[in-house]
Parts: sequence; C-alpha cells; structure tokens
Amino acid sequence: MNGAQVVVEALKREGVKYIFGYPGGACMPIFDALLDAPELELVLVRHEQGGTHMADGYARATGKPGVVLVTSGPGATNTVTGLLTAQMDSIPLIVLTGQTITPNLGKDAFQEADIFGVTMPVVKHSYLVKDANDLPKVMKEAFHLATTGRPGPVLIDLPKDVVSAECTANFPENTDLPGYEVPMKGNADDIVRAADIIMESRRPLLYVGAGAVGSGASKEVLKLAEKLQAPVTTTLLGKGAFPETHELSVGMLGMHGTAYANKAVVGCDMIMAIGARWDDRITGKVSEFCPTASKIHIDIDPAEFGKIIQPDVSINGDARLVLQELIPHVHKLDSGPWLKSVASWKKKYPLKYPKRGGLRAQYVLDELDRLSESRGIISTDVGQHQMWAAQFCKSSRERQWLSSGGAGTMGYGFPAAIGAQLGCPNDLVVAVVGDGGFQMTLAELSTAALQRVPIKILIIDNRYLGMIRQWQELFFDQRLSGCDLEGNPDFVKLGEAYGVKGFRIRRAGDVTKVLKKALAYNDGPCIIHAEVVKEDNVFPMIPAGAAVKDMLIEKPKDRKLEKPVGST
Amino acid sequence: MEEFTISIYVNNKPGVLMRLSQTFARRGYNIDSLVVSPAVDHQFSRITVVVQGGPETLDQILRQLNKLVDVVHASHHDSKQSVEREFAIFKLLIGPEKRSEVLQIVDVFRAKIVDITDQSLIVESTGSSSKIDAMEKLFNTIGLKEMVRSGKLVMARGTNKT
Repeated sequence: MNGAQVVVEALKREGVKYIFGYPGGACMPIFDALLDAPELELVLVRHEQGGTHMADGYARATGKPGVVLVTSGPGATNTVTGLLTAQMDSIPLIVLTGQTITPNLGKDAFQEADIFGVTMPVVKHSYLVKDANDLPKVMKEAFHLATTGRPGPVLIDLPKDVVSAECTANFPENTDLPGYEVPMKGNADDIVRAADIIMESRRPLLYVGAGAVGSGASKEVLKLAEKLQAPVTTTLLGKGAFPETHELSVGMLGMHGTAYANKAVVGCDMIMAIGARWDDRITGKVSEFCPTASKIHIDIDPAEFGKIIQPDVSINGDARLVLQELIPHVHKLDSGPWLKSVASWKKKYPLKYPKRGGLRAQYVLDELDRLSESRGIISTDVGQHQMWAAQFCKSSRERQWLSSGGAGTMGYGFPAAIGAQLGCPNDLVVAVVGDGGFQMTLAELSTAALQRVPIKILIIDNRYLGMIRQWQELFFDQRLSGCDLEGNPDFVKLGEAYGVKGFRIRRAGDVTKVLKKALAYNDGPCIIHAEVVKEDNVFPMIPAGAAVKDMLIEKPKDRKLEKPVGST
Repeated sequence: MEEFTISIYVNNKPGVLMRLSQTFARRGYNIDSLVVSPAVDHQFSRITVVVQGGPETLDQILRQLNKLVDVVHASHHDSKQSVEREFAIFKLLIGPEKRSEVLQIVDVFRAKIVDITDQSLIVESTGSSSKIDAMEKLFNTIGLKEMVRSGKLVMARGTNKT
C-alpha cells in the first residue's frame, strides 16, 4: 500500500461515509486512491470553506466526525474559518490537507503554506506527517482526539511524497497518548458536594450548553429537571438538549435570549452549568453575573473551570455520566414559588413581534416552526435571522440546531445544511440564512443541486447586514456604515441558474401558503426568498458588556443608549 | 505581575514548543526564560519556563497547558519544594588593574574564571537565579560586556515528580 491508500483505508475503518473535498496538485494521490474506495463518497464542494462547514453540519447533525480533504497552500488556508468554527463549538472534524513534497518544505515551493503553523491556534491537535509508516497511527489518533473528551477539529498535513510512498500498513487497534486523558464519570466527592448545594436551593436554574448535546445527555437533563422541578435554560448551542416545548423550559438565555430566561438568571439562587462555558454572550458583565447564586459547573474540559466564573463546585466529566451519578443524590426541591415567578415572567414578557407593517422575519420563522411541528433540523447563519430563528424555531431534540455560536461564522448555515442532509437523509433540513451570509458561500448551490439534497434554503432578505444596522441604530446614532447590501441578486433567479427551485415570499399573507409548498418540495434543494421589512430589531437584548439585569425588552423611547463596553 | 516557574513534561515532537509559546502568549504571559532538554526517556522532553503574569491566571494557564495533547503534565514549582539552578557566563572587558576586584567577587560567589586575556575575562557561575542576578549587578559596575544565562532549571525535591 502507498500512503494515500493507507489514508483511505483508515477512513474506511473509521466508518467514514462522506468526504467533503476539493482537489489540487498536492493531494492528487489521495483523490486517486479514493477511486478504488466506492464506499467512501466524495462530495466535490465548490470552495474549501464550504467543505469544512458541510463536514461540520454533518458532524453536528449526526454526532459523527466530518471529514474534509483539500490541497496545499490556498486550499489548506481556505479551511481556517471552518476550523475556527469547529474549534470554538467543539465539533469533531478531520481535515486532511495536501502538502508539497518534504524536500521542498520551507522553501516557498509552489502552493506551499505552513498550514501546521497557520492553524495551530484553531485546532484541537494537528500533525505534519513526514514518514508514511506513521500514517496508520496518526489517522487512528486523529479520530480518537477529534471525537473524545472535548471534541474538536484535527488537521493532518500530508506531503505528496509521503502519501505516494510505499509503507507498512500496520493499523493499530488502540492509541497510546500519554498525557491525554478523557474524564468520564466525575469525582464522587464533587458530585456529593454539588448535590448538597442543589438541595439547599429554592430558586434553581439549570443552564445547559453544547457539552450536553455532545455527550448525549438530554435524557438525563430532562430527568434531573423534572426530579428537581427546576427550570431549564439552554444556550444557543445547547438548544435541543432540553425540549423547548417543555413547561420547565425558559428557552435560550443571554444577549438575545428570552426575557424570562434572563430574569431567571438574575433571580436564581443556584445555577448549574451543564456543558456550558459562561460565554460573554451569556454572562454580560461578569462581576454582576449571579453574584449571590451558588454555582455548579459540570464540564469535560477542566480548563473551563474558573476561566470566566469561579464555581462553588466543579465536576470534571462527561455531562451524561455525571448527571447519571448525580440524579440519585437529589430529590424534589421546594421550588413552587420560584416556578410561579418564572411562569408569570413567561406570561408577562413573551417573545413577540409586530403583526403589522409588512413581512416580518419573526413571522416567517414562527410559521416555519409551526408548519414543521418543531421537527426540522435548522441550520443558521449569523446575525438577526439567527437570533430570531433561535427564538422562534423550537428545538425538541438534540442535534436539531446547527449554528456557529463561538466563532459567529457568516456563510456557515447553507453548507452546513448540505452536510446535515447527507447525514440525515430522512429529516427535514432548513438552512435559515441572511442575505449577507448566504452570499459568502453560495457557490455551494452547485454542490447542493448535484447532490440533490432536499434542503430548504430560507433567505431572510432585509437587504442589510441587519445586526450591524441594529447596532448602528441603537448605539451609533443611526450612522449607518457599510451595512447596506445594495446590489443583492434576485435569489430566485440565481437559484434557477443552478437548476434550484425557487419560491418567493413578499407579503405576510403568502407565508403559510408558500412555506407549505416549499416544505413539500423534495426534488432537490429549493430557495425560499423572503423579502422582509428592511429595518427591524432583535429584542430582548443585553447590550454587550452590560449586566443581565439591564436587559432591554424593547428599544427605549426616552433615552439614548451608551456605546456598549463589551467587545462585540 | 509575578514570576512563576513552570515545569512541563512533553512529547518530544516537532511543533510542541510552538503550541506552548502560543498558549503563554494568548494568556498574556511573557516568557523570561525557557529551557528544553531531553528527559530520561528520550521520547519526552523536559521544559522549564519562567514567566511573568498575573497570579489569578496561573491556574488557568496550567490547565490550558495540560489540555495540549502533547503535554503529559505541567506544574508550577515554588522554590521551597524544588531545587532551582541556573548557569551563566559573563564576559568582562577589563585590563589587569581590575582583575583582583573581579577575583574577589568570583571567590565570594564560588564562581570560576574560564578564559582570560590582557583585556578580558570570562566567568562562569552556577546557582540560584538571584545569585546570578547579584553577580550581574556587581559586574555591571566593573565592565560587563556580554552575558549568557541558561535559564532556570528546576527539579522537585525528594521523591516528588517534577
């Protein structure tokens, strides 16, 4: 076997089904070897960034690692955004990059990029393979690292002479990684201490993040919440780890979370983070975040303890296994009055939007949620439409919500939906994208059309970078700078050019009818172009860096807002 | 800002040092000295780093270091529980008239003269970093031209693991 054949054989052994790839000189031996492996399906993407997001969407929707294969130099550097996206959100990816031949390394050879160096801060781990005999071990380790512990992207740089060389194909069963430990059950003493703190609480709040999704802990979260009678809030990435349709759910918290979730954060006397990392979008001003509440933090990554918030008890382990251990130690809390307060906030401050004055994005998404019975896999881009989708598209199960949270990558939603649909062929997959983000990766329309994936691409088109415009309206005296997307194409016609079916929504009265038609269209991808009102704002909102208690339910009429102190 | 000595046991692989230095840089730690050498088992390397940074982020940085796949373990060492040594060589550009002054200092610090010409002297010394600092200060008043320091080496006392 040569190196390329070893790589392909290793992919087969790992159970890989799809490779999202784009060829180039340095990775041609691997593309050649793929021809002899019909069980691996090559999805030829149109840009490497799109490929990484497809692999990411596939990984988020299925829980299996996504695999990307690209060439050296620009092919490799085009994966950087996808790597950052996956690294920030702890998504298992394997990115194989071609590289110039080893004698040329460091000599500015054609299409040479030090991708090992370039990507170091945005990967969980990476390899530059210089001996083909190392390939079986490296491939085994890469999959192990990407998928265990706190998952993340692993990059393997493969010089062309290495993958062309004949080598021993000695595939190891196990990995030997001294210093890499995967915490599992959690320390029994920590669990007992956490249980003691929980049992003292009268106003508990479970704050559930991506770690719960990653470990598949939704059953345990449900069991714990119901046993304790504690309300549950999920982060943007934790959506689906607890059904948002459940009466104990208060929906998403944070910058654009529900008012009642944020009021629960302010009012609770105990907050327990389950696979969540106190992101700045959640805490706002850290010094004023739940100053009197006890804090419990369950995380598989001990580096998250005390990074932002110092917990009273931290439990290092897999969320699902830790909760299984914890649940027998706790029982129903005396939380009746607290649940009543939460219920009253839900009633008093529901998510709402104006029903008049043109076509509203919120209404389109609300209808999408209703018509799909909250069952679709929703993949989003970044911006206003993302927040509205998070607010109005309810997740009822894990892995139903795909969104770039940590990195906030525009251009993610559409390619991620392609990957998700390939991984979950029987599910409804909707890419909810903005007119801005969609144009960053729309070249993948070819890929979607060729693969005939029946994804629905719902373009929320307000002809603005809406979130930028919102900030400029609220915090920069309405001085609009660089947010007008004048020159948008006719997206339906654009779809036609790729052979993609198109639907248009221009009036609120058409929403139900058109969405029904589009949802029933399964003969390949379709575009739903929703031309929504240009100027609308996402509320509630906690201005960046402000305290959670200073949340704005709507735009203040009587005062000007200070420029936010938080970063973005 | 405080000074911390961190010992890191790592896989002896290309790129490890880069990952470590990135971790320090991202957390705002400045590396004062860095020593890398093979461990008893040559598949591993022993790294001693002296860094300047905020004490509140020390735990965090140790956790971030331990999180790196190639780091077997990283730990903080204080001078009470570990042996700390540094090696230094000093070049002084002085003529014979100042030699006796230098010799006195060399004697007091139990250092050694390893090279001598009619216009120069090279002194080597081993000891704690503060001893090397003190010698530097004294030599500066006489005619110190060059100095090379190895950086601090630490080893945990007794049977403790470094």
